Amino acid sequence: MGERLRRTMMFVPGNNPGMVKDAYIYKCDSIMFDLEDSVLLSEKDAARYLVYNSLRAIDYGNKELVVRINNPRSECGIMDIKAMVASKIDVIRLPKTENVEDVLICESEIAKAEEQFNIEKGSIKMMAAIESAEGVLNAREIAKASKRLIAIAFGAEDYVTDLKTTRYEDGVELMFARSMILHAARAAKIDALDTVYSDLNNEEGLRKEVLLIKKLGFDGKSIINPRQIDPIVEIFTPTKKEIEKALEIMDAIEDAESKKSGVISLRGKMIDMPIVLRAQRTIQLAKAARVL
Amino acid sequence: MITRNIDNLPKFGKLDGIHPLFTNEKIYKDIKSCKEREEFESKVLYSIEEAIDKAKLKDGMTISFHHHFRDGDFVLNKVMDVIAKKGIKDLTLAASSLLSVHAPLVGHLKSGVVTRIETSGMRGELADAVSTGLLDIPVVFRSHGGRAYAIKNGDIKIDVAFLGAPSCDSFGNANGYSREHDNGIICGSLGYAKTDALYAGCVVVLTDNLVPFPNVPAGISQSDVDYVVKVDAIGDPNGIMSGATRFTKNPKELLIAETTAEVIEHSGVFTDGFSFQIGSGGASLATARFLKEKMLKKNIKADFVLGGITGEIVKLHEEGLIKKILDVQSFDLEAANSLKNNRFHQQISAYYYASPNNLGTAVNQLDVVVLSALEVDVNFNVNVLTGSDGSIIGAIGGHQDTAAGASVSIVVCPLTRGRIASVVDVVNTVVTPGKTIDIIVTDQGVAINPNRKDLIERLSKIDINLTTIEKLRDKAVSLVGKAKSIEYTDKVVGIVTYRDGSIIDLIYQVKESIDQIY
Amino acid sequence: MATAGTLESSDILITVENDDSNGIHIHLESPVKKQFGDQIKQVIRDTAKFIGVENAKITAIDQGALDCVIKARTSTALYRACESVDYKWEKK
Repeated sequence: MGERLRRTMMFVPGNNPGMVKDAYIYKCDSIMFDLEDSVLLSEKDAARYLVYNSLRAIDYGNKELVVRINNPRSECGIMDIKAMVASKIDVIRLPKTENVEDVLICESEIAKAEEQFNIEKGSIKMMAAIESAEGVLNAREIAKASKRLIAIAFGAEDYVTDLKTTRYEDGVELMFARSMILHAARAAKIDALDTVYSDLNNEEGLRKEVLLIKKLGFDGKSIINPRQIDPIVEIFTPTKKEIEKALEIMDAIEDAESKKSGVISLRGKMIDMPIVLRAQRTIQLAKAARVL
Repeated sequence: MITRNIDNLPKFGKLDGIHPLFTNEKIYKDIKSCKEREEFESKVLYSIEEAIDKAKLKDGMTISFHHHFRDGDFVLNKVMDVIAKKGIKDLTLAASSLLSVHAPLVGHLKSGVVTRIETSGMRGELADAVSTGLLDIPVVFRSHGGRAYAIKNGDIKIDVAFLGAPSCDSFGNANGYSREHDNGIICGSLGYAKTDALYAGCVVVLTDNLVPFPNVPAGISQSDVDYVVKVDAIGDPNGIMSGATRFTKNPKELLIAETTAEVIEHSGVFTDGFSFQIGSGGASLATARFLKEKMLKKNIKADFVLGGITGEIVKLHEEGLIKKILDVQSFDLEAANSLKNNRFHQQISAYYYASPNNLGTAVNQLDVVVLSALEVDVNFNVNVLTGSDGSIIGAIGGHQDTAAGASVSIVVCPLTRGRIASVVDVVNTVVTPGKTIDIIVTDQGVAINPNRKDLIERLSKIDINLTTIEKLRDKAVSLVGKAKSIEYTDKVVGIVTYRDGSIIDLIYQVKESIDQIY
Repeated sequence: MATAGTLESSDILITVENDDSNGIHIHLESPVKKQFGDQIKQVIRDTAKFIGVENAKITAIDQGALDCVIKARTSTALYRACESVDYKWEKK
């Protein structure tokens, strides 16, 4: 698990100047500029230039900046990588990842571009989006395919079509994929991000889905509109009770450290590592939501 | 019968206001029935021309109109055309406000029918013509409260008021709706017209909907009306009222609105029984919705809401979150219908609403007001009148009045609009003085007037992006770049007055650039 | 001839035409022409120069675009007009 929180990754169509220039004003953790599906084939060059110039001119603050590129096996995808690496984007998101080779091809293009622009090798991170049955089954290998990978993300729209089903409210059709992706991410010690919830006017449905993926263990979700930020952050924010407990544990750790004791205990009970890690995460989430 | 000589009454000389002795010959008893009077003595005329004649309108006089029909108004243009045809010149037009629909006025300005204008604001072609120097005498801009005050104290002396009304009986009881005989055109409150009706020398009501006496409740009362003109149409219902003011989906406006509600919640005045006013702009209007959530959560109800009213406010009233509505202008059909149907939704005049220096102006009872702005400067001065290119594009409205009256005045605006910065070093035109503005909420941070240490202390404790006005200005410049100053000539085209009639700023003629092609 | 951009708010529509006469000729329409006209034209000129275009007739219909958008649209339109994909990316 990285230091960064990725509760909300806001999708911004790459060829829309109004949205590209304002994206940082919202309280999302990451911004994902899209050069892929939201951009017409004839406008790929325009979107690439727009994001390229905006990344240079606009101060996006402390947001994590992600760009979804086109297929890196295409000329268009390679140009996307070059332009984005030159702009020192934080993360390149690879769409429709089917297997390890997809990751490696993207990685090698990134590496080439890093060399070309004299950028520290390995500094540009990657995220792989898994959007097919094949990709889901290969998730474990994909997640471990590159040191650059900081997360794998689930894209359900293409996936359900591939599965010959469609989206349902309870999400039962996504159970396997979500579990698989989550396990793959955790085994590789990277983040797991859930798919978008596209019914913008159904806040209740969004809340249900977020609650579900939080229970499963996901780190966050892609979003399509700033309006989706607040409900997600709210659900990912620990309760007062959880925070108090986490603080107690952190105190106990400090106490143990000051006593140079290897054993951490709270109220006579020994606290083992998983509990410490959970407490740390609770504190991080609480701080990010500014309730602590 | 009095038989003694009243001149010898002791102390009689000390009694004022006694007129000469009563005589029976002086009185006249009319035995006509009401119906007969309605027929033979009604004030109804069937042409505007006749009304102008009877009102004895002459060169150099002052005429007034209201803007409750907004861009659907037919009255002003119709009346002006008749006046022009009659050859009357050199009039002062004292309208409560002027909109794009009043573009034909440009012709009457050119031909000298109108030589002076008093208004809250103007838009469209008319505004462009004035900005580029069409009039020799500068236009005088006043706030709604300032206008009411000027009418009351005689600074604006209205000779004839032409007031459109969606319903009127033959004795002149007029209103913005009719509880019995609604014919589809309604504008809700006649708040701005009420003041004119009270103080104008001659009052002409124009209506397309003549209803039986008594037209109650009346926004304008028969005791103030000289003539009623029945016309075919007073306005286009679609221009007068949209069904409901659109609730914004613009994420930036929603962000500003959410922050504003947060600011109000922690401003110290958000307690049970508080009062507020909210504009009809996207972000202001959306604030009402976020505020509602907070009112429900904290079990807080508002005693009243003031000013221009929208369907959003009506909803809160009908849900019991707002006890009373004081309505000077109904912005949409839902608001107009609520005024018609809801007992505690009351129509108020501009004078009652916002006039300074009277015995009880409603703006002084406001706890919070949310206002919009075209520009705010580092001294918190606000411009709502001229655009960044120097030309007139807006109206003062109740901005000055509510900012001064409310305990907490909040200005909401996006930091930039396209390439135009909203937070600047110096506003083009000072309309509302910074001393009366407490908080600026933008999409990129909240700035509090340093005078309000209490607010700074309170709002420092909550999770909002608190910054300074200077930092907002810097951020805006870093985004859009440094704008070239607008070039003006020496000619003054507008005088901006503060509520009390003092001059707060001047608007100069914009120099037209020769560079139109390259 | 090539175009890039749109007439949406915050965007700018750039049209590039071949021009035999010397230099870059810009026709600009913008709601902020008085305040930013010179700057917008300068950004277009600098972008053309950077790309290496010396002669062109450029029509710009601005809707309040920021400099970075103007740069992006001008670059796109010029490369389209030249039918080239030999983009000059630079390290940030």
